[in-house]
Amino acid sequence: MVGGRLVSAIAPRSRTRDPVSFVDERLGAGRGLKFLMSYVFPDHWSFLLGEIALYTFIVLIASGTFLALFFDPSTRELTYQGAYGPLHGAQVSAAYASALRLSFDVKGGLLARQVHHWAALLFVAAITLHLLRIVFTGAFRKPRELNYLVGVTLLALAILEGFAGYSLPDDLLSGMGLAIAWGVAMSLPLVGGPFATALWGGRFPGADVFESRLYIAHVFLIPAILAALIAAHLAMIMIQRHSQFPGPGRREDNVVGTPLWPGYALRSLGLFVVVAAVLVLMGGLIQINPVWLWGPYHVYVGTNGAQPDWYLGWLIGALRLMPNLEIHVFGHTIVPNPFFGGALFPGIVFALLYALPWLDRRFISKDYRRHDLLQRPRDNPRRTAFAASVLSGVAIVFAAGSVDRLFYQFGFGYEGAVWFFRGAFLLVPALVFWLTKRICNELSRERAHPLRDWDGELVVRNERGGFDAR
Amino acid sequence: MIRRAWKAVVALVLWRMGALRRKPSPLEEDPSERTVGAPAWAEWLVLALLATTPLLAACVVALVVLEPDTQLLGLAGGALLGLLAAALLVAGRWLVPQETEVEKRPALRDPAQVEEVERDLGAGAEGITRRRLLVGAAGAAGAGLTAAVAIPVVALGPGLEEQLRRTPWHSGRALVDEEGTPILAADVREGSFLTAFPEHADEEDLGSPVVVVRVDPATLNLPPQRRAWAPEGLLAYSKICTHAACAISLYRSPLSQSTQARGPALVCPCHYSTFDVLNGGGVEFGPAGRPLPQLPLSIDARGALRAAGQMSGPVGPSWWGDAS
Repeated sequence: MVGGRLVSAIAPRSRTRDPVSFVDERLGAGRGLKFLMSYVFPDHWSFLLGEIALYTFIVLIASGTFLALFFDPSTRELTYQGAYGPLHGAQVSAAYASALRLSFDVKGGLLARQVHHWAALLFVAAITLHLLRIVFTGAFRKPRELNYLVGVTLLALAILEGFAGYSLPDDLLSGMGLAIAWGVAMSLPLVGGPFATALWGGRFPGADVFESRLYIAHVFLIPAILAALIAAHLAMIMIQRHSQFPGPGRREDNVVGTPLWPGYALRSLGLFVVVAAVLVLMGGLIQINPVWLWGPYHVYVGTNGAQPDWYLGWLIGALRLMPNLEIHVFGHTIVPNPFFGGALFPGIVFALLYALPWLDRRFISKDYRRHDLLQRPRDNPRRTAFAASVLSGVAIVFAAGSVDRLFYQFGFGYEGAVWFFRGAFLLVPALVFWLTKRICNELSRERAHPLRDWDGELVVRNERGGFDAR
Repeated sequence: MIRRAWKAVVALVLWRMGALRRKPSPLEEDPSERTVGAPAWAEWLVLALLATTPLLAACVVALVVLEPDTQLLGLAGGALLGLLAAALLVAGRWLVPQETEVEKRPALRDPAQVEEVERDLGAGAEGITRRRLLVGAAGAAGAGLTAAVAIPVVALGPGLEEQLRRTPWHSGRALVDEEGTPILAADVREGSFLTAFPEHADEEDLGSPVVVVRVDPATLNLPPQRRAWAPEGLLAYSKICTHAACAISLYRSPLSQSTQARGPALVCPCHYSTFDVLNGGGVEFGPAGRPLPQLPLSIDARGALRAAGQMSGPVGPSWWGDAS
């Protein structure tokens, strides 16, 4: 009886211990595993945004690998003869034909295509929201500046990766987007002409080799850099531990939260599967980028009301809002127009993002110390107002990207709308700065939560030693 | 003796009461806790969720084999993953021990190591006398390497004009449609919009496509040297926007008196650069910095349209340093 109990108590323990001691004896992994399993994650919903981005990346790799098995990155002309009737006999590129084959002939191909596209939209959205959380809570401050730079680079690369992806199928929207990209590349100072010509292998639409350059960038170069930077991003977080919001027992020198094993691992794995489930549902039920309706691209075709993926809306908006300034001197172009909206504007926004930790410590917060406790937006009214103001400017330009839809769908005059957004771009950021600062000051003075009532009373000691209710 | 004992009791009670009343400062509070013990319902729920997933997995497999309908596949796949996610989340929240731990944040700095690293770095140059000279030489090598890479790239520039501005148009070349059929002057009616190409030329060449429209010759306002470019009020313009190379595929043609105030215009759908048709392609609105190049037209003896010369300006977008 006693012996039986002993056996049953030891057997399950040795089952979990054996693989651990197996790797420990060979790699000395015990210490690392102990560190990982007891790593503490502070609990706050906004910390999940980055995790959603990470899990979306995994879904992208999985669905993209499936797509790569069938996609043919070639502009070779052929006569379409697949399952989609309306395009029978049309002269299309092999790339476009294989995108149609994926959508109509390959089992689960359309699901994979749509999951991949929705995941790409979610990927950039999750990164953007994550970045806003970092900016508005001051999480970029010392010691996290380097990791913040990696994060901003990840955003830029994610946008580039998304653009490369939807340029691949060689449908009408792909081609229109690439034409604009070529125009912007041509407009870059000094090197624009030679750079764009070298990249495209000639004048737009470029040599056949351009499609395979785009493909290798989309399926290998950029994803490899993304994966490496994501690894560095996570490693840096683990070296420094998570930042956390102030709260009971939470100090600059500790981290309070759920250890990875077992609670957080299960919850985070659950989040991963939730992300995958939502993306599969969306990919199955909500149509996105039906390339067979857009048709194949030719340099001499275009369509009205064409919109890029959401994360390029701010660039098309900037290109549309820019007045027709183009600098010519002695019969030579000095600054072509697309430079302003397509390169200068995003350049300034990303320069501000990259410089934010240094701008913040030098001019905004005037604080060079290390901080591991986060601020609520109201705790730093100047930074919150500055970030909100820049964000509002970008948001207006983003909204201006939709002026053609406003015209096409609702009949708002295009030119009037453009002038409206030009005016808003000049006025609203200043207004937002002033308003945000006031709201933050007001909130921090009242100590009120915008959603919850403050049910206490604040008592402050005065100079005479008595107490005053404030 | 009794009084001392009484005092001690009172003191003890007061001290305990004080300890009870005194709230610990929030920063000193230790929030760590660990709750063990899974409720029976959670175990059953996770069990039920996990047991249902193989059924849905079988559904997905059956769908792939029998009827790979995108909606059904998405629904079944999403439901399968949703159940799995629910099982994981319920297990994470109710089955396993709920823990809040306090981990000490490691100090990042290690001044002793930093000092040693700096000393080692300095030691790497020990015994070298011409340090500055060597650093300068290394800089020169780097600059030389950069130049060796950059100059060939920039050297692509001068030949660009030839490569990026060529068009197949020349005087006498016939205008044809997508199928290669010549375009007759009589085919182009007022208010319509035709895309034409040079006969026997590559349609995908950026210098090829032009837009042909017809307007009332009396309304024309062309520059004096272009008077003869629009026979019968027929005009041809490059179809490639001078802003960012999109195809100009919108035509604003006033149909009623109320819209007559603004004449016909060619509009690019990408950024709405609007080019005036009557005055030779001038920019009326939008970001384009240069007018749309005009192709002079003539009508041959058969009534077909032919180019009567070269484009009035460079086709497509500008670049830094181009001649335009």
